[in-house]
Amino acid sequence: MSNQTLINYILGIADNSLILGQRLGTLTGHGPSLETDIACTNISLDLFGQVRGYYQYAADLSEEDKTEDDFAFLRKEREYKNVLLVEQPNRDFAYVIARQYLFDVFHILQMQELQNSKDENLAAIAKKGIKEVSYHVRFSGDWMKRLGDGTEESHNKIQEAVNNLWGYTNELFMMTEADKEAAEAGIGVDVSKLKDTYYNRVENLLKEATIEIPESKYWQKGGKEGIHTEHLGYLLSDMQYMQRTYPNMKW
Amino acid sequence: MVAEQQPHINKKLIDILESVSDPEVPVLSILDLGVVRYADFEDDGKVSVKITPTYSGCPAMDVIGDDIEKALTEAGYKSKVKLILSPAWTTDWMSENGKRKLEEYGIAPPMDATADKAALLGNAKIVKCTNCGSTNTHLVSQFGSTACKAMFKCDDCQEPFDYFKCLT
Repeated sequence: MSNQTLINYILGIADNSLILGQRLGTLTGHGPSLETDIACTNISLDLFGQVRGYYQYAADLSEEDKTEDDFAFLRKEREYKNVLLVEQPNRDFAYVIARQYLFDVFHILQMQELQNSKDENLAAIAKKGIKEVSYHVRFSGDWMKRLGDGTEESHNKIQEAVNNLWGYTNELFMMTEADKEAAEAGIGVDVSKLKDTYYNRVENLLKEATIEIPESKYWQKGGKEGIHTEHLGYLLSDMQYMQRTYPNMKW
Repeated sequence: MVAEQQPHINKKLIDILESVSDPEVPVLSILDLGVVRYADFEDDGKVSVKITPTYSGCPAMDVIGDDIEKALTEAGYKSKVKLILSPAWTTDWMSENGKRKLEEYGIAPPMDATADKAALLGNAKIVKCTNCGSTNTHLVSQFGSTACKAMFKCDDCQEPFDYFKCLT
């Protein structure tokens, strides 16, 4: 496998955490309560920590003398490989929780496989991250139940969020060319094999939370190939502002 | 796994490293915390130190790295500090002395994994209030003021307090 393919594979994982981390980070001081505000920003911090591990590794592999900041702040929209789910806007707390839960379940399954990677660096990041992601999924899963089985208002809101985000879940299991090569080399995770476990786990929790499982007729896709929803451009212009205004800043 | 968990630290460097404290929990030295995995002299006379983060995104790591270099410079050594991720930090690496100091400081120390899960899921009242010692406490939030802590409240003395989460 070429270095560039491995970099593409790493970015595919890392960009999910970066973009979701940025979404959660903007809740700083805006969470619905102090505890949830702190929780969302803590999760954001964990994700950024993992991202730095991935980007530093990608920078080491890169032959163009790149740094972690180049990967985070100086790519164009079409160069980001995150799934569409994580770039969806915060809208309200139900959306934040539904997006988080739908991603967390995937994330933990992915990490559990990645820790067996033949690539030492990726295995180490996954082993470290798995401990953090188990807290994330516990938090988002608890809130799914609390909102779903809560008041009529909270139930309706989480149901609407799940309905609207459901169509983005299938993309999690699509394999890019880099995914396929990395999986064949024993370095990457074959995410297509995680699908059944994922939907079983998610649907069980939805039932427990009295949330109806949506029937999606159309699955959204494109993020992994760089074709994003309109929301990513706004997110990036916000996130990249400092680096582009004051070049060569370090995070 | 015991061999993997024992850090390699040259005895001559212990006192210097002991003087560096965790910037977020200043009562703990970085040795109490268990984040120093390796410290020894290289062939060129420089000191090489390897540290591992408690949490991937722990913002204190950069400060800890700088503080180690500063302490070693003051002791007359040139040094380089490297961040390593593997093996991943666990709360088991925190010294008994460190756990005692944490409790005195007002942060409930981490328990073993099974007890921790029960406590964080609210199934068992086992986290001891750092103010009055009662175990009649409840979890307020799984996430606290720093990445490594959860928030608890005592139902007897009504005092809120931090609990250092268990990572194994």
